[in-house]
Amino acid sequence: MNPLLSVRNLSVTFDVRRPGSWPWTPAMKLHAVSEVSFDLQPGECLGIVGESGSGKSTIARAIVGTIPSSGGNIFFEDHDLANMDTRQRRVHRRDVQMIFQDPLAALNPRMTVGEIIAEPLITHEPNTPRKEVKRRVGELMERVGLLPNLINRYPHEFSGGQCQRIGIARALILKPKLIICDEPVSALDVSVQAQVINLLMELQRDMGLSMIFIAHDLSVVKHISDRILVLYLGRVMETAEAHKLTTAPEHPYSQALISSVPIPDPVLERARHRPILEGELPSPLRPPSGCVFRTRCPKVQPDCADAKPALEDVGGRHFVACPYHEAQQVLVVNE
Amino acid sequence: MSLLEIEDLSVTFTTADGDVNAVNGVTFNIDKGETLAIVGESGSGKSQTAFAAMGLLAKNGRAAGIARFDGQNLLAMSQREFNKIRSKDMAMIFQDPMTSLNPYLRVSDQMAEVLMLHDGISKKDAITKAVQMLDAVRIPDARARVTMYPHEFSGGMRQRIMIAMSLLCQPRLLIADEPTTALDVTVQAQIMQLLADIRQDFGTAVILITHDLGIVAGFCDRTLVMYGGQIMEEGPTDDIFAQPSHPYTSGLLKAVPRLDKDEATLATIAGEPPDMSHLPPGCPFSPRCAQLLDNCRAERPMLETTGNRRRACHLPVQEDA
Repeated sequence: MNPLLSVRNLSVTFDVRRPGSWPWTPAMKLHAVSEVSFDLQPGECLGIVGESGSGKSTIARAIVGTIPSSGGNIFFEDHDLANMDTRQRRVHRRDVQMIFQDPLAALNPRMTVGEIIAEPLITHEPNTPRKEVKRRVGELMERVGLLPNLINRYPHEFSGGQCQRIGIARALILKPKLIICDEPVSALDVSVQAQVINLLMELQRDMGLSMIFIAHDLSVVKHISDRILVLYLGRVMETAEAHKLTTAPEHPYSQALISSVPIPDPVLERARHRPILEGELPSPLRPPSGCVFRTRCPKVQPDCADAKPALEDVGGRHFVACPYHEAQQVLVVNE
Repeated sequence: MSLLEIEDLSVTFTTADGDVNAVNGVTFNIDKGETLAIVGESGSGKSQTAFAAMGLLAKNGRAAGIARFDGQNLLAMSQREFNKIRSKDMAMIFQDPMTSLNPYLRVSDQMAEVLMLHDGISKKDAITKAVQMLDAVRIPDARARVTMYPHEFSGGMRQRIMIAMSLLCQPRLLIADEPTTALDVTVQAQIMQLLADIRQDFGTAVILITHDLGIVAGFCDRTLVMYGGQIMEEGPTDDIFAQPSHPYTSGLLKAVPRLDKDEATLATIAGEPPDMSHLPPGCPFSPRCAQLLDNCRAERPMLETTGNRRRACHLPVQEDA
């Protein structure tokens, strides 16, 4: 099967000027994303996890096309995003939709819910009769769990969970092929979070959507994703099937990340062996030489500073960027 | 006598849209060296309960009821009296360390200020003690970094500074209000470990206010669950997690995806958190409760004690829930 989305050696750099530097001083390069590659199959959900500053959202933006990549290629249905003409780009924008973190900030406060949800449809299919637009908006509102009679309300009249439902409806009205969710539930209360997660999973299954799910909460990502990609300082550390990654991670960073995640079970928490990662994320302006994780790695070797480890295929679409990888059970899993 | 006793505490805010009852009749206490978790969603009144006890309510808020620290009535205190016990006897750390540190002052100055005020020692001695404390919270190279400004530290380091600062006078009670919510999981694990060590080394009682059931499980002796400004359930953490007796607690525990389990779909709690200015007359959870009884909507359940647990629910206790 051909992948829907294929990212090859994607790099994104930003120019950063030090405050007070001379205008002729060359800008520093901030490597937000470096040589990231992955495939996304139709109907698959890929979770991207990593600490803040690891480049999760930058990847999302590069795929949507809102920031230019500085290296590598993004192929969407075999079209290279960089070489698309205006028409193809229009189609790409229809097919790839995004759901954002702060549900209220993502909605225009001066538009009604109906206008917000209909806007993408009116932009891309301006000839749709108004009746048809209204019908589709009403249908979608019902589908995402909003009462259709709320169509003329404004965003501030809704709670966070409902706003996120509006955002989801807006993303779905063009029947996209790929949905990118950037921290869609982290602003929501625990009891509402579960509702939105269930809704996203249901929609993904029913509409055959592909999904990229970005979040810092590994438990949520694991629940929703088929596969997980672990990022550290803009580089892929490990990618594997979700269950495999959480039960038998091979990269020392994935292992540390998973053992840091608290589990709501006091007995289990006390029994857990928890190697705590020292230090914090290094500055992406001056990433460490060789393996970017070596400054915090508990298993660091002298030669880790020499070369960037390549992603190694350990079988079953499981890739690890560490020459000293070793599967380690970090959780006791009760099925 | 308990270290902190809260009895029938209510917090009301006067707003343009009428009074908002953020906390309604909350009663609990915490003993020396104990850790208590107050769990709840946003708007459940968990932070306001702590703010009332610390005398930090916003100007339009007022507290009623009893809050006693070591026998002293906190609610009757003036700000001047509060200043004597805050930080010395009870201290608080907040969610966002950047907004709670003064950006204009060097870390050394803000930390020394606390000691000079409460212990009356010279600035030189105060800074020496501040450096020791920064060492204790594992800030590398503390002696050199103490003269830096808050913005020169990362989020995790700032939270360490806040913790160091709150511990300077060795308070008997530390209130941590969502101390790790703004931090990454690996840093969160570091900070929680640090809090656990501090509790062991200094014997400080800790109230941990959070929405994250995971960190509660690993840290607290007792757990108190709040919803709509009221206590739903309280008891030893192990028992609450193993056998939640309130529909809200059990719903909450089932609604969180767990890393160690593969569920097909999450159980959800229908509806949305309540509007605090229009609370239902009965149980605040009644509009969302799946096990609603006839009198739930009309009659507010009382908090009843059985053994070492308390709960406010009309449902009869199930033995093997």
